[in-house]
Amino acid sequence: MKKEEYKKIVKKHTPKENRLVNALTSFVMGGLFGILAQAVTDLYRYWFNLTIADATTWMLITFIFLASLLTALGIFDRLVTYFKSALIIPITGFAHSMTSAALDYKSDGMVTGLGANCFKLAGSVILFGIISAFILVIIGVIIYG
Amino acid sequence: MASIIFKNVYIKDEESIVGPYEKEGNINFANYVKDLYGTEKTFENCEIKMQRWVFDNVLRKNNLKDKDVGIVVGGDLMNQLTATSYNMKNYDIAFLGVYSACASFVEAMIVTANLLDTRFFKRGIVITSSHNLSSEKQFRFPVEYGCLKPKRATFTATGAVASLLTNEVSRIKVESATIGKVIDLGIKDPFHMGAVMTPAAALSIYEHLKDLKRDASYYDVILTGDLGEVGAKILKDYMLENYHIKLKNHLDAATLLYRESQETFAGASGPVALPLVLFNKILKEKKYKKILIVGTGSLHSPVMCNQKNPIPAIAHVVSLEVGL
Repeated sequence: MKKEEYKKIVKKHTPKENRLVNALTSFVMGGLFGILAQAVTDLYRYWFNLTIADATTWMLITFIFLASLLTALGIFDRLVTYFKSALIIPITGFAHSMTSAALDYKSDGMVTGLGANCFKLAGSVILFGIISAFILVIIGVIIYG
Repeated sequence: MASIIFKNVYIKDEESIVGPYEKEGNINFANYVKDLYGTEKTFENCEIKMQRWVFDNVLRKNNLKDKDVGIVVGGDLMNQLTATSYNMKNYDIAFLGVYSACASFVEAMIVTANLLDTRFFKRGIVITSSHNLSSEKQFRFPVEYGCLKPKRATFTATGAVASLLTNEVSRIKVESATIGKVIDLGIKDPFHMGAVMTPAAALSIYEHLKDLKRDASYYDVILTGDLGEVGAKILKDYMLENYHIKLKNHLDAATLLYRESQETFAGASGPVALPLVLFNKILKEKKYKKILIVGTGSLHSPVMCNQKNPIPAIAHVVSLEVGL
């Protein structure tokens, strides 16, 4: 049997993913998390008399802490099955990818395990994040001077 | 022609242990570990411990010492066959490690049966194990990482199985075997193991039936290893279209292990899935006399997948005859 014919049989039986539902869930839940984050920022400003920049930093730290804690407790990956990418795309997903890798490799030693593998998943986010920021800044300077 | 007929090889005894998910599943297992650590510090050590437990129990139940067992053949999913090699250092027995991913158990059985059939050894033990999280770590993402999986993905079963093969006559006879060929039909999706392994399973079943001049209905049940729900459906279509063989008596071990309510996607996978279902369900039901077991293995390496290569697969076949 040719590869193309076989691919047809495979396609016929492969279950369809509910892409629309998944995308909508991520969109709505992601939006709700955005509102929650804004509320936390505002509360920090109101409670501690912080500037917007400082309050935002503290809000991010709070979310990173919560994501890491829930990962360590083994709850975060279960939440992801319900909230889909709404938890993976924001900074919570970044913290989660680092904490999960760190937890996984801590038994392989501090240097050879945890240190070497901590950025296993997050490494590409950092690298390409910095590269795209660099390019965007250049474009920004060219356009706005 | 890669089929062999055995004259005097029998399965005398077996022992299995499972993890917590399998315990909650469809089949009633007597022995299980309560969590995926099994009182050890790492998942890898838990897998080794499970292997040691089944091995010790097979020796103990049959009053065997190390010197009474001629040869041990076995394998698992970890790099360097970690679980099996680290388990076998505890014993003073000749050992061969084999790897054909999830078909390792059947491959080990074929090798052992051959060595016993020549009467070079009297007894041999076939051993295999897999652990959900040690293979997640090796083949996919870190354990706690909440990666969203598609419905076609499979879930590696946790457990270990050892079975004792002898020359002495017993209820289950290892009748014949067919050694598989590596086949690749261009599937690149590492989540779609069912589609990767189905052509291998179909080819080995076809060659077995052709070599031994048998019809598919000769067997009471054809039990494939871990094709999963999707793979089982593909197999029926593919067998009919490519080989014009209608599979009526086909069961897939992967779909029998877990309940539907468990989040295991298309079913179980791993080298233990087949022997767990074979020994704890199919043989205990005492319904089937002629059983064809088809171990299916996807020979994928994460490196080759990342380099966008298609995934090759292999399947080995063993025919068992059960005196009821």
